[in-house]
Amino acid sequence: MLDCTPKEIKARSGGVINPAKTCQPIGAMYAALGIHSCMPHSHGSQGCCSYHRMHLTRHFRDPVVATTSSFTEGASVFGGVSNLKTSIKNVFEVYNPDVMAVHTTCLSETIGDDLPSIIKSTEIPEGKLVIHANTPSYQGSHITGFSNMTKGMVNYLSTATTEVKKEQVNIIPGFVNPGDMREIKRMMQLMGIKYIMFPDTSGVVDSPITGQYTMFGRGGTRVEDIRDTGNSKLTLALGGYASGDPAIQLERKCKVPAVAIKTPLGVKATDEFLLALRQAFAAEVPYELEEERGQLVDIMVDTHYHFHGKKVAIFGDPDILIALTEFVLSLGMQPLYVLTGTPAGTIGGPVGTFEKEVKSMLEQAGVDGKVKAAGDLFELHQWIKNGPVDLLMGNTYGKYIARAEDIPFVRVGFPILDRSVQPYLPIVGYKGAMRLLEMISNALLDRADRDAADEDFELVM
Amino acid sequence: MSLILGGGEVAIDEKTLDAILNEYPAKVKRNRKKHIIIRDSAVEHQEIEANTRTIPGIMTNRGCAFAGCKGVVLGPLKDMVHIVHGPIGCAYYSWLTRRNKAKSEDPTQNFLHYCVSTDMQESDIVFGGEKKLARMIDEVVEILGPKAITISATCPVGLIGDDIQQVAKEARKKHGVNITAYNCEGYKGVSQSAGHHIANNGLMENIIGEGDMEDPPIRYTINILGEYNIGGDSWEVERVLKEIGYQVQAVMTGNGSYEDLKNAHVAQLNLVQCHRSINYIASMLETKYGTPWLKVNFIGIKATIESLRNMALYFGDEELINKTEEVITRELEEIEPLLEPYRKICAGKTTFCFVGGSRGHHYQGLYGELGISTVLAGYEFAHRDDYEGREVIPNIKPDADSKNIPDLHVSPDESRYRLKIPQERMEELKTKIPLSYYSGMNVTMAEGSIIVDDLNHYETEEFIKILKPDIFSSGIKDKYIPHKMGIPCKQLHNYDYSGPYAGFRGSVNFARDICMSFTTPAWNFMVPPWKDKPLLEGTVAQCNGAACTVNQAR
Repeated sequence: MLDCTPKEIKARSGGVINPAKTCQPIGAMYAALGIHSCMPHSHGSQGCCSYHRMHLTRHFRDPVVATTSSFTEGASVFGGVSNLKTSIKNVFEVYNPDVMAVHTTCLSETIGDDLPSIIKSTEIPEGKLVIHANTPSYQGSHITGFSNMTKGMVNYLSTATTEVKKEQVNIIPGFVNPGDMREIKRMMQLMGIKYIMFPDTSGVVDSPITGQYTMFGRGGTRVEDIRDTGNSKLTLALGGYASGDPAIQLERKCKVPAVAIKTPLGVKATDEFLLALRQAFAAEVPYELEEERGQLVDIMVDTHYHFHGKKVAIFGDPDILIALTEFVLSLGMQPLYVLTGTPAGTIGGPVGTFEKEVKSMLEQAGVDGKVKAAGDLFELHQWIKNGPVDLLMGNTYGKYIARAEDIPFVRVGFPILDRSVQPYLPIVGYKGAMRLLEMISNALLDRADRDAADEDFELVM
Repeated sequence: MSLILGGGEVAIDEKTLDAILNEYPAKVKRNRKKHIIIRDSAVEHQEIEANTRTIPGIMTNRGCAFAGCKGVVLGPLKDMVHIVHGPIGCAYYSWLTRRNKAKSEDPTQNFLHYCVSTDMQESDIVFGGEKKLARMIDEVVEILGPKAITISATCPVGLIGDDIQQVAKEARKKHGVNITAYNCEGYKGVSQSAGHHIANNGLMENIIGEGDMEDPPIRYTINILGEYNIGGDSWEVERVLKEIGYQVQAVMTGNGSYEDLKNAHVAQLNLVQCHRSINYIASMLETKYGTPWLKVNFIGIKATIESLRNMALYFGDEELINKTEEVITRELEEIEPLLEPYRKICAGKTTFCFVGGSRGHHYQGLYGELGISTVLAGYEFAHRDDYEGREVIPNIKPDADSKNIPDLHVSPDESRYRLKIPQERMEELKTKIPLSYYSGMNVTMAEGSIIVDDLNHYETEEFIKILKPDIFSSGIKDKYIPHKMGIPCKQLHNYDYSGPYAGFRGSVNFARDICMSFTTPAWNFMVPPWKDKPLLEGTVAQCNGAACTVNQAR
């Protein structure tokens, strides 16, 4: 497995080998699915759209619909104006969504198609909406695409209509699973604070089987709610990379203060999330959540010897990684390598702070680890060859390294293509942390069982 | 026109079809009407429109030329590093997602688990990406050390004018490694099909025939073309061929290698499994080296037997013919008892068969042998010859969208061209077996069945509602839609991570898998028990002299 990867590391500058990111439009497609009755539309040649639908479908094991402008060579040279106009007509007539959310690809971005003016000059059926975001694949990553489409929602929809801001909070959950979005909403209900979460893919890509197929499920944030985000008292951006930009845009446009905090994953980040809400809304944290927290810490204490001092390599998307690093540190583990494919900072966006944030956490914990943004899995593998770890955490692509180096592996993040159920269950909140803790423990203990000599094989661990 | 099916009669007539199409805007209706036919053998030749541009916004299943070139044809070649010149997505999505299996004697020369991309950034779009590409080639040569490298272009490459052919040429000179470039920008043509053609041209021009073998190792040396070893298909086919006494020189391109491919010219016969993706190379090999090609089909038992017999007839050797029959008998003895229980489960059922450019046809036979009839079939990106047979090729007019895909013209090789069998014998064989010929899908389909080109989401839903297939066969984007309706689904691109499905043993795997889908107890739980029971047991009472229903609330 991966027998061509040498131990010796040579500097590379020609591109990446085995990426730890993918391109913008898939993130935009995912975000658009988080609007109720919305058809994501890919303005480019149709290969992108097929690839993005396939990849999301494989991760969620649920239908993922999207349409495309299907550029031909002619359109690629002379512009895709008529392709988009025809698409808008056909999509509303044939599929009848409430909203079409258009994103771009490297093709239409390189050509320079002017989407706002195309949309403005196109006849859109009464009561229907077309929104857009520019998502050039040659900037940032899929996380940038998610951020850009969410920003597009703010640009087109959010409006401040009330003089006094309402006692409600906007929550931008970031690029997380519907199971995570459900968990965040559950915590909000327990906190008793009115909220608008956008985008929200729960009920869209985790739909039940009923015997009937409906293209637009019950889920997704309603357009009127996204409009109302302009009237909220506060926006909580969970994860700066995926959610920071749209929150700042909402602050600029509608004067809703934006607060960026970590993805609420692990004890500390979940604490911060609840504290931010408690402070802004003077709402006490209810006993149920306090109980869950206490249970989580109880388990951490009970099982600390499962993971204390273990070396771990983690890779994936920056927001999740920042929180995950903090969590494994709180378990007494040593994150030796933390790597994301997403570059630090994107054009037009805030400067990424991934490396700085993670490094300072490691320093504080006294862990001498490598941290890299815009890295790839080829390099991560080489690091591991030069300094082995006890556990690898990341998306499905990590399984090749795990097998090559015989390392226990915990699947977390996007995409997970070779295991099921995971999009339905959270990794955020105290509940999600419990689940992660179980996954980490199981991986390490399964390995201990596998490797133990008969006489050392334990009944109770 | 109606189609007789198992228990009853399901009708789809022009009127029903029209009702479906009437939901479209007028322009779309006119277009789509030409891509759908109801099979009627009374009509001498039913023409279908195919290989034309996709309707924007229709929700097609199609992919792009890059997918057809790098993803399908080049990607499976295991000892070559395939560099994708573009932003990260194209390389990423074609990384390990197609199940073209490969095994190497030298694992340090198997690069299938690697995804190599120039990961173009904004500055590369602005200032050009040629220098970065050249650096990537240097790094690949230095770090991975392959014998050959391919470079595939993606959408922006053509627009910004990066000359990847020139970069490849210079790198070839610098490194002494076979480095070839493919201008398979995603917008070329109208589908994956353009990419097949571009890849075929490149392989033929720069790799096939580069080897120094002059003669075949044995008389029965063959190539298998258009076989990508999905789930181990070609290994199962090769197992049987080897037992009969054939030697496979090269498989294009499943488990294929640069080393085998460059000597593909020595084969005495080329087998063509997927006509769409590889017929260009098949024709060019015939012109250049005099090697005829035979259309085979190793999906389904009857088709496999027929293909084996046709091959034996081509070589015409008594001993080979006898050995062929012996192996067929033995293989049948092994699988027939295994298939029996599955046939009972499948009997009388129906399916849709909508796959890329060849399996929409090939799997119908296998389904039929299990007792499942195909009520609708079609392709994403096949051409008219795949539907109607190769005789229509002279009548196909290239349109504006695909005429810019270059045709490669080859001529007989001065030293290596050889007639493999005498001309007279060739002509005689052509009347008996499909030599350099493919009859297409349409003629094999049942009366009243539907043939749809570039089936889209709307039509999928509508045809499912009307025809109510027992199992739906298509790809991953479709799979979970029938599931929600309670209809099992078989992915015929990736086999739902199972396989092989080809050859004798493959048919047993296939039967086992679809019977699993029919019989999994999960379907029984789809409707909650409270849905078909009233909330409260009620009685009908008289009220004000009129009957009224009470307590029926749910």
